[in-house]
Amino acid sequence: MSGERLLTIKQLSVTFGGLDALRDLDFHVDEGEIVSVIGPNGAGKTTCFNMISGMVTPTAGEIIFQDQPLTGLDPNQVTARGIARTFQNVRLFANMTILENVMVAQHCRTKQGLWGALFQTAAFKKEEEDIRAWGEHVLGFFGTRLIGYRLDQPASTLSYANRRRLEIARAMATKPTILLLDEPVAGMNPKESEELTGLIGKLRSEWGFTIVMIEHDMGVVRDVSDRVVVLDHGETIAQGSYEEVSNNPDVIEAYLGRPAEEAS
Amino acid sequence: MTETIALLPARGILDQNWRKIVNYGLLIAFAEIFIALANMPVALDDFVLIEPILSLGYLFLLCLPLLLGFGIGREKVLEGIADHAKGAREVVAGGCVGLLGGGGLSLLVLLLDNFDLRDPLVNWSPQLLDLLAFDNGVGFGVVIWLAIGGGLGLLGGSMHLIPPIARRVVATMALAVLAAAVLEAILSDMSEDLYLEWLADWVYFIRGGVTLHGAVAVAAVAAAYALWGSRAVKGAKATFQALEGAERRQANKVGLLTVAVLTILLPLVLGKITNELLANVGLFLLLALGLNIVIGLAGILDLGYVAFFAVGGYTTAILTSPNRGDSWPDWLPQLWWVVALLVVVVLAGLTGLFIGAPVIRMRGDYLAIVTLGFGEIIRLLFLSDWLGGYTGGAQGITTVPGVQVFGLATVRGTDPRAVFYLVAFFCAIAIYISWRLEKSRIGRAWMAVREDESVAEAMGINTVNVKLLAFVVGAVLASFSGAIFAAKVGSVFPSSFIILVSIVILIVVIVGGMGNILGVIAGSAVLIGVLGGPRQPGLLQELSEFKLLIYGALLIWMMLKRPEGLIPNVRRTRELHQEEFLQDAWLKGEIDLDDEEGNGGEVAPA
Repeated sequence: MSGERLLTIKQLSVTFGGLDALRDLDFHVDEGEIVSVIGPNGAGKTTCFNMISGMVTPTAGEIIFQDQPLTGLDPNQVTARGIARTFQNVRLFANMTILENVMVAQHCRTKQGLWGALFQTAAFKKEEEDIRAWGEHVLGFFGTRLIGYRLDQPASTLSYANRRRLEIARAMATKPTILLLDEPVAGMNPKESEELTGLIGKLRSEWGFTIVMIEHDMGVVRDVSDRVVVLDHGETIAQGSYEEVSNNPDVIEAYLGRPAEEAS
Repeated sequence: MTETIALLPARGILDQNWRKIVNYGLLIAFAEIFIALANMPVALDDFVLIEPILSLGYLFLLCLPLLLGFGIGREKVLEGIADHAKGAREVVAGGCVGLLGGGGLSLLVLLLDNFDLRDPLVNWSPQLLDLLAFDNGVGFGVVIWLAIGGGLGLLGGSMHLIPPIARRVVATMALAVLAAAVLEAILSDMSEDLYLEWLADWVYFIRGGVTLHGAVAVAAVAAAYALWGSRAVKGAKATFQALEGAERRQANKVGLLTVAVLTILLPLVLGKITNELLANVGLFLLLALGLNIVIGLAGILDLGYVAFFAVGGYTTAILTSPNRGDSWPDWLPQLWWVVALLVVVVLAGLTGLFIGAPVIRMRGDYLAIVTLGFGEIIRLLFLSDWLGGYTGGAQGITTVPGVQVFGLATVRGTDPRAVFYLVAFFCAIAIYISWRLEKSRIGRAWMAVREDESVAEAMGINTVNVKLLAFVVGAVLASFSGAIFAAKVGSVFPSSFIILVSIVILIVVIVGGMGNILGVIAGSAVLIGVLGGPRQPGLLQELSEFKLLIYGALLIWMMLKRPEGLIPNVRRTRELHQEEFLQDAWLKGEIDLDDEEGNGGEVAPA
């Protein structure tokens, strides 16, 4: 399944005021893979995403995407290179409509500026149409939930699960190579998360995205991931298939704690 | 609306919310004392609204008990929850509120009579006591204000007893008479050119103010409108809103054309003073439209916006006036205004970049404070000795020639009608720019930046560039206004570009409705047209002394009661009233609380 090496994270470390949030993180993502990053709360999973997407600058280490370093780029440049993300605590543009949310995400893929808008050039009109069409296409991925009369409703009217779906759609609209999903099924009920698990599979098989996902729901992790990276206290403690990782004593210890006699 | 639920019977007279009554009463009392001590009643006593009976000065004292007497009886009506019928209770509450409020003035009369208050409170004039006592002595004054307050409160409260349609008629009548009185200058001015002078002479008293029979006539017309006309207007509006696609566009075109024709024709029937007023409104509208892009669309709180107005004004003056500073080399030509404008646009854009570049990475309060500083810096630079040879220092630059319209005509400040056309032309450009940009890729990016800057950046928007662009577009629009201002006034001084200008424009945008072009137009018409700009007189010239007081009061009231502005932007309304909005959406069934039942059924679970 896996193709070329897409993303390599080398010796990545970040320190927040003396606290090592991440220490020497190493992992890689190949084209067409679904990689899950798991770990207890505070392990540094979201920090890792923040660094890949350029929102946090690493103290040391390298992020290499398609053979080019990403370190030091601004978030918008990272997105333009082809890495899009969602947020753990859903952060939609709540007062923009659902369609506008996916339209605005295509900003870095489009280029009409002041001139086109003021003089309504043919190129401008064409691009607006394309933006709209792609936006509706992306929303269509989630069935009828986000299209139809909903297109022109503000994102704040959506239910929780639909907001999560719209976040994914917004990330998809940026036409990325890699999708970073930060807890995509958090807060969903079992039926919804099962459905979304299926969709994550389709994101790879039908849309050709490579996916890196943070997830706490082990069922989802087991069902979709090719590989699992386990973080604890800012360090990688295990990597491998779900079966390998789930039997790894370090992982079990990180999640369950060590037996009392050993601890003392 | 759901179906109406039967009203509960009215509550007993003594079943009052006493705390609220005391609050409202004290509020009126304090406000009235403040108004009186600010000398508004005396200073505005000469501004007669209805000839023998009402002046603007008294109106300020009388309107509060009346309005709050009505306000006290109003309660939030919750959808689907039965409400009490209105009855004697509301009238009594109104009376109590009015009595307390009137009591404030009675107290003031006593205080003024017994103590020497001139020392700490210097603004009120000695006539105040006579005015409050109606020249009948202190005792009369004390009693009469209790009576007036109580009476007006009762009257306000009794408005709850009459049916809503009657209430609307009464309100329309009162507003119409007020509007007729306030707009006297414009209306009588227009009447001359429309051969309606006889009508104006009949309605208006010779020394200003509506005559009694005039007031009755205006009220009657207003009542007729409230009863029949408003329904027709509402019907037309509903029909317009129901239109879709090509028909809607057609209707829009017709509407736009009407407005354009009116803009061209109206100044022809208006006199000099009114046209001057319109020109000032236009100048500030142009500024407000620019600031609306910066604040309303991109969400950058720029408090130093006057800087770009100043750059536009000074650049124009330097390039066109023979009287510019001595330090300029001789080869610098004296340009036509139109040619100078090209330089102005470029320079304003560069200034926007120059100020914007360091500022734009900041957020929120920091950005506001820094822009405030830059606004002052620009003015102080023009004032400084260092640049005095170029900008004339405090003397400024004078004898700025008018606008040469390709040798066909010259637009000068002495011809306000021509200035108005010039301003209107640039306002049209600004409106077009705002409208097109809002509905473009850039406009969407601005919205996203306003909503959540870090997410916008993570979604691939170069926030720095996008915000700088908003800053520059705003700067260019402001510089247009500055260029026209310089040519209109014929001179520029540092004191024309004080910080107050920034603040007034900001208030125009906020009161009008941030992010909405119509709102900004309404805001500048109401604030600049009626109250006047920082230095420009408005319709109510008598108010100019109290302009800032009224601006402030209006702003506070707007922030409390209608933070989205007079004509709000849909999105901002949503933002500010999200809970109500969501409730409405829920009642209409447009919200999905759960999608368990799978309206997205085509998506098969894995």
